[in-house]
Amino acid sequence: MSFIQVNNVWQQYGDHVVLEGLNLSIAEGEFCTLVGTSGCGKSTFLRLLLGQERASRGQILLDGQPLAAEPDPSRGVVFQRYSVFPHLSALDNVALGLELPRAPLLGRLLGQRKRVAREQAAALLHKVGLGHALDKYPAQLSGGMQQRLAIAQALIMKPRMLLLDEPFGALDPGIRKDMHTLLLDLWRETRLTVFMVTHDLSEGFSLGTRLMVFDKVRVDPHAPYAYGARITYDLPLNSKRSEAQAVLANSLTSALQPIPGLTHE
Amino acid sequence: MRLINRHPDRPTRLLLVILPFALLLCAYFLGSAQRLTENPNDKLLPSAAQMSDAVKRMAFSEDKRSGGYVLWQDSASSLRRLAIGLGISALIGLCLGIAAGTLPLFGAPLSPLLVVLSMVPPLAILPILFIVFGLGELSKVMLIVIGITPILARDLEQRAREIPVELLIKAQTLGASTWTLILRVVLPQLLPRLLISLRLVLGSAWLFLIAAEAIASEDGLGYRIFLVRRYLAMDVILPYVVWITLLAWLMDWGLKQLARRAFPWYEGARS
Repeated sequence: MSFIQVNNVWQQYGDHVVLEGLNLSIAEGEFCTLVGTSGCGKSTFLRLLLGQERASRGQILLDGQPLAAEPDPSRGVVFQRYSVFPHLSALDNVALGLELPRAPLLGRLLGQRKRVAREQAAALLHKVGLGHALDKYPAQLSGGMQQRLAIAQALIMKPRMLLLDEPFGALDPGIRKDMHTLLLDLWRETRLTVFMVTHDLSEGFSLGTRLMVFDKVRVDPHAPYAYGARITYDLPLNSKRSEAQAVLANSLTSALQPIPGLTHE
Repeated sequence: MRLINRHPDRPTRLLLVILPFALLLCAYFLGSAQRLTENPNDKLLPSAAQMSDAVKRMAFSEDKRSGGYVLWQDSASSLRRLAIGLGISALIGLCLGIAAGTLPLFGAPLSPLLVVLSMVPPLAILPILFIVFGLGELSKVMLIVIGITPILARDLEQRAREIPVELLIKAQTLGASTWTLILRVVLPQLLPRLLISLRLVLGSAWLFLIAAEAIASEDGLGYRIFLVRRYLAMDVILPYVVWITLLAWLMDWGLKQLARRAFPWYEGARS
């Protein structure tokens, strides 16, 4: 059975059809990149996966069960902007994910449990290259470092899938390359299922194991919103990488050095 | 060089800051001296000496009737009322603002209500307060609370709405419930904004305080000013006004410093 099953999903706002007739089946551990022109519904699809919106028609199944209709810890997300909390230091931004589910009343841990949470968070921040900036507020970090922080923050939850909405859209090309390396390394280690919306076609090709192109098949010039986008191309990519991923997942699990707060047992 | 491109250097800036105050004082004392030479019993523009006598009498000598120091007693009463009023308003305003700004189900009934309530002129319902709460402390504090709570609540509601939806989604993916989301994400981001709002409503709060004290009170800065008005005691009124202004300015400055110390992330996050 596939990990995520998208059955005939439509999304429309009033008369404005954004997505029509999406059918997909996605295996666990795939790195899906979503490309297409602006306003073609790729971010809408991401919001559906996230649970921020509900599909007008059809359903999305995760392990055979309908997706929860609101965001939850099983799905991590990184936006282009506003992904990190401006009032918390880098360390607290990541530790927050450990504190919130464990402290339903106060929303914060105290004493020993707090120290453990912070140690885990610090280990993960070292991992993404922010070991020197634990006490900095996001406003004191560069754009690339803020996105590293956002990724660490999402990964501390050990989500089953990671949703990235143009995460590197605002970064310089050089920084973007570093981020690609980081993201691929983390993906290999955690064997997460990743969905990444991007405007950058080459980014889509180089990162993904599967590239999906969103586009409108039918266009009525008199009613531009009458038809929505479909997935016009669905290309398997970097097959060696995905095979390696599968091998890794199946045979090397025990040999892997688990990273505190990161691996996904 | 165009005027818009000319910036004062440090000494010039200092001079320019002092200049309007110096001019005002100068104009006052020239006028005062002129009137007093024409009529030494003139009460309208007292001289510096007359005012310092009045200050000595009010602040540094025991009142024969009550045995206390009038200015300090007045200040203490007024500041207590102001602090209680501001504290209650801040608390209610924060709760209402968060509820209306983050929870759509609460916002639907609350927002229009707050808009309408903030349009009620507080001084127009002062008589109602006196009738309902009597002439004691409660009605004075209530006037401040009723006057500024809707303004604070509306401002904080607006700020809560301005928190990017991405952050609220992110918090949910980190396992937050509605309650912990408010506690760890919304509330801390609104606290510095609350201090800024408080600074802005400080003027109104003083207005309501002095209005309430003027009408029904037995002490307080507003009460004193309206009491001595009967004797045309400008030598008391003017120092009192200066003192109130100074207190208000100090509170404003204190709130600003508090915001900067307690929320060092705030300035950076805005730019």
